[in-house]
Amino acid sequence: MNSPNSPKIGRRGFLGLAAGATALAASSGEVRAASVPTNARIVIIGAGAGGTALANRLVDRLEGAQITLIDPRKQHLYQPGLTLVAAGLKPADYVVSETTDWLPKGVSLIAEKAAAIDPVAKTVSTEGGQTLSYDFLVVAPGLILDHDAIEGFSLDMVGENGIGALYAGPQYAAATWKAASKFIEEGGHGIFTRPGTEMKCAGAPLKHTFLIDDRLRRAGNRGKAEITYGAHDGALFGVPIVSEKVRMLFLDRDIAPVYQHTVKSIDAGAKRVTFNTAEGTEEMDYDYIHLIPPQRAPEVIRQSGLSWADKWTDQGWVECDMATLQHLRYPEIWALGDVAGVPKGKTAASVKWQVPVVEDQIVSAIAGTEPTETYGGYTSCPMITRIGRAMLVEFDYNNNLLPSFEGIIPPLEELWISWLMKEVALKATYNAMLRGKA
Amino acid sequence: MKDLTFQTLIAVFEEIFGRGLFWTMVAAAVVVTLGYLYVLVRDRAVSWRKFLWAQLSMPVGAVLAVWFVMAMTHSAPSDIGGAVDLIVFLGVAVMGAIGMAILVYTLESLIKPPKAKPES
Repeated sequence: MNSPNSPKIGRRGFLGLAAGATALAASSGEVRAASVPTNARIVIIGAGAGGTALANRLVDRLEGAQITLIDPRKQHLYQPGLTLVAAGLKPADYVVSETTDWLPKGVSLIAEKAAAIDPVAKTVSTEGGQTLSYDFLVVAPGLILDHDAIEGFSLDMVGENGIGALYAGPQYAAATWKAASKFIEEGGHGIFTRPGTEMKCAGAPLKHTFLIDDRLRRAGNRGKAEITYGAHDGALFGVPIVSEKVRMLFLDRDIAPVYQHTVKSIDAGAKRVTFNTAEGTEEMDYDYIHLIPPQRAPEVIRQSGLSWADKWTDQGWVECDMATLQHLRYPEIWALGDVAGVPKGKTAASVKWQVPVVEDQIVSAIAGTEPTETYGGYTSCPMITRIGRAMLVEFDYNNNLLPSFEGIIPPLEELWISWLMKEVALKATYNAMLRGKA
Repeated sequence: MKDLTFQTLIAVFEEIFGRGLFWTMVAAAVVVTLGYLYVLVRDRAVSWRKFLWAQLSMPVGAVLAVWFVMAMTHSAPSDIGGAVDLIVFLGVAVMGAIGMAILVYTLESLIKPPKAKPES
């Protein structure tokens, strides 16, 4: 059948249309506010997710500012990927890039550790002996994994004798998968733990448990394995409604929770763990154990008098306002990311929401205007419940759920789309955040 | 998610498939679409015989697209857990079907152009 009335558009017309559409698509980027001229000296301690994203945004907002980042780490780690590495879903190098890959032109990086902060004289000294004066200081050094706090444990044990510790970095996450694989093959008793301190991504110990459970099922060996999850307090997750959901999923997956259990020590040779419990101590034998050590603010923060004096005294998080992240005693200092002494928010998703707040605070202080952005404790956790499914859990300081896609993606349902977000879309969004674009 | 821009979307897709594969696929899609438009303009008509073959190829395209997405994301059809999952799943299948139909039609038309009609 022919259609004699088909529209007659020449070839050039089509090509022109296509080119026009491409140009339109390419130009639809964000429109930024005009730059504020300044000669302020801004020092950012830490070039991780928070420090890097903030530097990229400040460079766009300020003209002439002297921005210096202090961080000895050559590698930038995409930490949300570590759970995938430790479940054999991604290679170790999936999480690794160079710190300098993400930094904008026009900032300086001092590849040394910050050794001391003098908040009165407004200076930061580095281990190499440099001293920098600042007008504004952002502390974003991340946190310290205190592996020594677990008696009988050292990092060189990871991967052998059924010991996993995925938080310690990409090579340890890969070694964790090695130890977990043996457990998946042979079965036995798997114990999954978390520390009693504040920690980054409190969903990760649960995700690791769910993923190894799924791996056992896929291998046809779930019947040969027993799984115990050790919660540090009386709940499985800090947000009550999510904790209840996880409790039901654990029931469904035959994962036995024990409460008020934190690891005191391990005997790697005997494959025995000792827990501190509400009643005293308790020993358990394991064939596989996943350890996450207590987490604390870096020494430089604790020794410079920036920490809370009456909260988290064993951990040393920075004393700052919950909504603005501004230090409560030194108004020219802000905390960003894991080190901030706020009740929630040690995740990359939180950083994404905190960075615009600190940016607004600093730019407003320079421009002499009132800052308007505040941080409400937004934290997001794509809680993997098996390979191929996750729950997109998002919440705030008040334990309210904050679904980004209300009515479309229910937060407490195990969904494929939430898995797709974690597995494929999250790293891209993270990378865009690092560049200050998201 | 705080904001979703076009740049973020591009970055997301680059991440999903790898930069090289993503832009190769974009280029392939653009080439096939331009080819399709070219044969439509050239022939000034739709050949329904060719379109029949294109339609018959649609289920193949749907299955291929679903298989590709599942393989790239460590997923299986059994992971579908709710209404939104089903919509995404069917969306992928529909896109695969339409893409395949356009590809088949374009290839047929390029390989076997219609015989020139005598001038009336």
